Amino acid sequence: MAAAPSTYELVRRTPPLLYRWLGDRIFAVLVTLFGLTVMGLAISLAVVLFWEGSEAIKTFGFWGFLIGTTWDPALTLTFGTFPFLIGTVVTSVAALALSFFPALAVAIFSAEYAPRWLSHIIDALVDLIAAVPSVVVGIWGIFVLAPWLRDHFYLPLYMWAAESRPELLPIIGSPMGYGMTTAVIVLALMIVPFTAALSRDAIRLVPKAQREACWALGATRWEVIRMAVLPYARSGIVAGAILSFGRAIGETMAVAMLIGNKNTLPFDLFGPAATMPSVIINEFREAVENLHLSSLMAIGFYLFLISLIVNLLAAYIQRKMMVAGGRSA
Amino acid sequence: MHNQESTAAGRHAETAPAATDIRMETRKLSVFYGDTAGVNDVSLSMYNKKITALIGPSGCGKTTFLRSLNRMHDLTRGARVTGQALLDGSDIYAPKVDPVTVRRRVGMVFQKPTPFPTMSIYDNVVAGLKLVGIRNRAVLDEVAEKALRGAALWDEVKDRLKAPGGGISGGQQQRLSIARALAVEPEVLLMDEPTSSLDPQSTIRIEELMSELKKQVTIVIVTHNMQQASRISDYTAFFYVGDLVEFNPTAKMFTNPNQKRTEEYITGRFG
Ligand SMILES: Nc1ncnc2c1ncn2[C@@H]1O[C@H](COP(=O)(O)OP(=O)(O)OP(=O)(O)O)[C@@H](O)[C@H]1O
Ligand SMILES: [Mg+2]
Repeated sequence: MAAAPSTYELVRRTPPLLYRWLGDRIFAVLVTLFGLTVMGLAISLAVVLFWEGSEAIKTFGFWGFLIGTTWDPALTLTFGTFPFLIGTVVTSVAALALSFFPALAVAIFSAEYAPRWLSHIIDALVDLIAAVPSVVVGIWGIFVLAPWLRDHFYLPLYMWAAESRPELLPIIGSPMGYGMTTAVIVLALMIVPFTAALSRDAIRLVPKAQREACWALGATRWEVIRMAVLPYARSGIVAGAILSFGRAIGETMAVAMLIGNKNTLPFDLFGPAATMPSVIINEFREAVENLHLSSLMAIGFYLFLISLIVNLLAAYIQRKMMVAGGRSA
Repeated sequence: MHNQESTAAGRHAETAPAATDIRMETRKLSVFYGDTAGVNDVSLSMYNKKITALIGPSGCGKTTFLRSLNRMHDLTRGARVTGQALLDGSDIYAPKVDPVTVRRRVGMVFQKPTPFPTMSIYDNVVAGLKLVGIRNRAVLDEVAEKALRGAALWDEVKDRLKAPGGGISGGQQQRLSIARALAVEPEVLLMDEPTSSLDPQSTIRIEELMSELKKQVTIVIVTHNMQQASRISDYTAFFYVGDLVEFNPTAKMFTNPNQKRTEEYITGRFG
């Protein structure tokens, strides 16, 4: 029997050509295929939404539909999405504003202050909250949060205004508990875990050398965070906030359950309103008229565009604010 | 073995020249990572306005020792310091001492340049001053120029002080880090292999800089470069596996060391 080939020989032995060639090709084709599928899905989604919504867009115009203030599926069959656009923008901006600093505080506490065991617990809780289905959040909002807010916040404020500042009543609106403010608060709660988790990861990625350089200058803990950590992590933090904003824009179930659903402007502080997703989910079952259904699809199309813009913006800002290369780290 | 080493160090400390004025001094200082000692019972004096070089093979505790001199170990989970480190005669590890104050008096420059990349060159230099609440523009301008001149960087960056601190060359970044440390006028400057990632040109600039700086500050520098140690330092301490083996004036250390092991290391027979 011949001696077993040495490693030297094995390494240099010409591998089966066909096998190598085929393996390479198959892998390349598979990867390309999956990559293209994802792109194809996104594009076809946009195309279908546009196609289905084209009747509405044709009838009212691309911009006309967007800025039309009347949504009347019953009598005149006039459709304009402006109230829902306003509802979406106001609720998500307010939710982001309300949640950003608390979320950042959670991230800083977990990444910088908490002992390891506690930060593990916080991280797990943050992930857990993020994973709660939004319909569950909605139920909790309906049965717990909204009544509580009504009794302890909306009603007292309303009573006070009715007595001493009646001119404020139209701004305050109906203190029922189901409306814009409740939706904003719930939205804020729902996006806190996203901003917190993304900021926390960005903070943890700040090199130890940066922190130590700051400590060595005689900085206190908070000064290290302010001077070395947050500036370095800013691109991740801002991108995280924008992605959370995107989630707030698209959040449907909990908002639909809590916002009270009112299709006409003006909206007020506590009173009912509607957002683009909420009107879709509330009306698609009853949309018998073609134009009505097409209008809902068109809303979906605009929502798609807005989400796309927000995501591109997040990517752009992240790149723009990124700390230049690895060289300075 | 450890006992043998430290008695050896003790014996030679006697032959070291009389302490004219000691700026910083450790007494039986040990640093533990968990249960293992990174530095063992080191007693070492650092003389005022002199350069003390710490040499020794990799992993022998030079960085560990250096970081104990401005309480950087406070920030490392599981690290513990015992013994004393005296700055102008008072122990920086005494119970009521605030480590932040210590670090303002004992500055540090790291192996890798660490400018704050989101700050301008100017803001980098005055970062330490802003920390203590100095906001007066004229004062900051003056200190920035002085520190940058001190770090031999002024001429290269004076026209782009507003440019980002991360946008200059590695050697310039290291001099910027030095300028930043100098701006707060520390009494002692700790440098951990400050030139190890730099080209020969930048290395020479920084060495010249140190000779200039020691007119004002006491410098402790870790280096793997024997020529560098012999060129710039006044005293040299040789560490080996956590122990201080020998401490002597540099001239003596490099011509006629007391310990066989020192000689072997310096002449490159191990390490
Ligand atoms: N954070 C740490 N945790 C645990 N052990 C550590 C830590 N830092 C250093 N050590 C250990 O302490 C010993 C001394 O390390 P130190 O970094 O002080 O060596 P050094 O002389 O600076 O080496 P080099 O020349 O390679 O920089 C080594 O055995 C090292 O493994
Ligand atoms: Mg080291």
